[in-house]
Amino acid sequence: MYVAVKGGEKAIDAAHALLAAERRGDPAVPELSLAQIGQQLAGAVDRVMTEGSIYDRELAALAIKQAGGDLVEAVFLLRAYRTTLPRLAVSEPVDTAEGLIRRRISATFKDVPGGQVLGATFDYTHRLLDFALAAESGSPERPDPRAACEQAMPRVADLLGRDGLIEPAPEAGAARPRDLTREPLEFPAERAVRLQNLARGDEGFLLALGYSTQRGYGKNHPFAGEIRVVDVAVEIVPEELGFAVEIGEIRLTECDMVNQFKGSGTVPAQFTRGYGLAFGHCERKAMAMALVDRALRAAELGEEVGAPAQDQEFVLSHSDSVEASGFTQHLKLPHYVDFQSELDLVRRLRAAATKAAAE
Amino acid sequence: MTEPLAGYNFAYLDEQTKRMIRRSILKAVAIPGYQVPFGSREMPLPYGWGTGGIQVTASIIGRTDVLKVIDQGADDTTNAISIRRFFARTAGVATTERTAEATIVQTRHRIPETPLAEGQIIVYQVPIPEPLRWLEPREAETRIMHALSEYGGMYVDFYEDIAIHGRIATSYDYPVLVNDRYLMRPSPIPKFDNPKMDMNPALQLFGAGREKRIYAVPPFTKVKSLDFEDHPFAIESWDEACALCGSRESYLDEVITDDRGTRMFVCSDTEYCRDRGART
Repeated sequence: MYVAVKGGEKAIDAAHALLAAERRGDPAVPELSLAQIGQQLAGAVDRVMTEGSIYDRELAALAIKQAGGDLVEAVFLLRAYRTTLPRLAVSEPVDTAEGLIRRRISATFKDVPGGQVLGATFDYTHRLLDFALAAESGSPERPDPRAACEQAMPRVADLLGRDGLIEPAPEAGAARPRDLTREPLEFPAERAVRLQNLARGDEGFLLALGYSTQRGYGKNHPFAGEIRVVDVAVEIVPEELGFAVEIGEIRLTECDMVNQFKGSGTVPAQFTRGYGLAFGHCERKAMAMALVDRALRAAELGEEVGAPAQDQEFVLSHSDSVEASGFTQHLKLPHYVDFQSELDLVRRLRAAATKAAAE
Repeated sequence: MTEPLAGYNFAYLDEQTKRMIRRSILKAVAIPGYQVPFGSREMPLPYGWGTGGIQVTASIIGRTDVLKVIDQGADDTTNAISIRRFFARTAGVATTERTAEATIVQTRHRIPETPLAEGQIIVYQVPIPEPLRWLEPREAETRIMHALSEYGGMYVDFYEDIAIHGRIATSYDYPVLVNDRYLMRPSPIPKFDNPKMDMNPALQLFGAGREKRIYAVPPFTKVKSLDFEDHPFAIESWDEACALCGSRESYLDEVITDDRGTRMFVCSDTEYCRDRGART
């Protein structure tokens, strides 16, 4: 009986064996390959890469497979692997104005140089379950988007910037930004650190916070200045060479939110920016991130700070799904020692109350 | 001793990370009770399950160390087994269930009943390191409060307990003042264990992975549980003795044995209980 409340090594081993069998499911059904996950569950792979903070489609697919499709668990697996990797180099800043555009829309202008490119999007699909897809879909014909994508497509925010209508993009500082994965978060956190935190942050959390700013909890009048999905080259400058070498290409989703700003005593009225960036095609995440980034700038722009999305300690301390998931679920661990303390206390308080009532 | 896991460094963390953590530990030892921010790494175990303690242990453990891991005072609870296995696997070090044999004891929620000796290190897993957190949620504020030793709010909180309940209503993670300077959370140990921290000959290290803080109580350091002159600090006591070993001195867990309210009390420290059971 006493043993029954304790775990055992055998129980742990058996639980893990059961988990492996449940993940595999019915052996009569063919096993998923990483290529299938990478190709056909690309949205899951993109999210796991973004929040896992590592651009590797194959590892992300493996994490999703190992996690049985639980994406927060997959992010955790990827993060735990990521920390073991050495830092070989730091890349040059990537330029999202260059590179192959996959999608580019602006909600602030009817047309912009380079045009609007819808690309592959769920937007304007009618969300009707496609029962034909329950069978195999075959190989849909692929339209060739190249003609639309080969023109120069300057960023919309840069076009506004020429007239001084929008605040300039922040200058790249001489000092390398702090690396949140190597140094602890300290408050107040500068914008580069906040953006790192948001980029790694849980999509659902940021979505809800961004949404709250649209409903009056820290309203900042956003317009989707531009959303672009672009394949960009990543370059490093090896010390021994002294010039940039391309090491690969990554797909990014970038969101420039354009927000109203009435100006202050020193700054004339102009638009301000909120920025979002994610690996792969993670549009919802990039837009939510941009809303929250702008909300967190309230203090520096002299706006009233009061809403949850404007409170950097609140937002940045709770955005990480790996931290939040771990600490929420640690409640499953035994707490019977502390609970015994509480039982002892509650009994004493009740005894005291009963005695007082009797007197 | 077995060979550590292939493909990973000894005790999992790379040497640069260990060095960074050891520097933080040294600073923590130099300023007893002060919370040192450190670049906590993402571990292959979840946050909230001992990642801070694991990182501290991984940074100080050597090949000849002998490790004991307990959770709720027991060596055989699932998370204690999981962490002990982690080090057996990644460091190949010897593990033990005997406090006296261990050079490092990693713990969650208890201090062993067997007194610790000089030269031993006890590593506490810490969920929330900031003792002022329930009074003030903002880190920027609580750091200032510590700098100014502004701990009055804690006493007011306790005073309110006494005014309402007639006693201080904190039973675990009971705040302590270390070396007459820093207010510190002892981690969620029952207040029963607080007196063991005072002037303890062992080095006491505290790791909070998710919150990215390390703090320490060096050997033979004064650790005082907060109280008032007219409401002195007191620990839990039981009317019962341990049903297995008969101890009346140890911390007891209550075990419900049927659905009619029958219960028994047994030592939470399994090693202590087994030793006493063998002696009597």
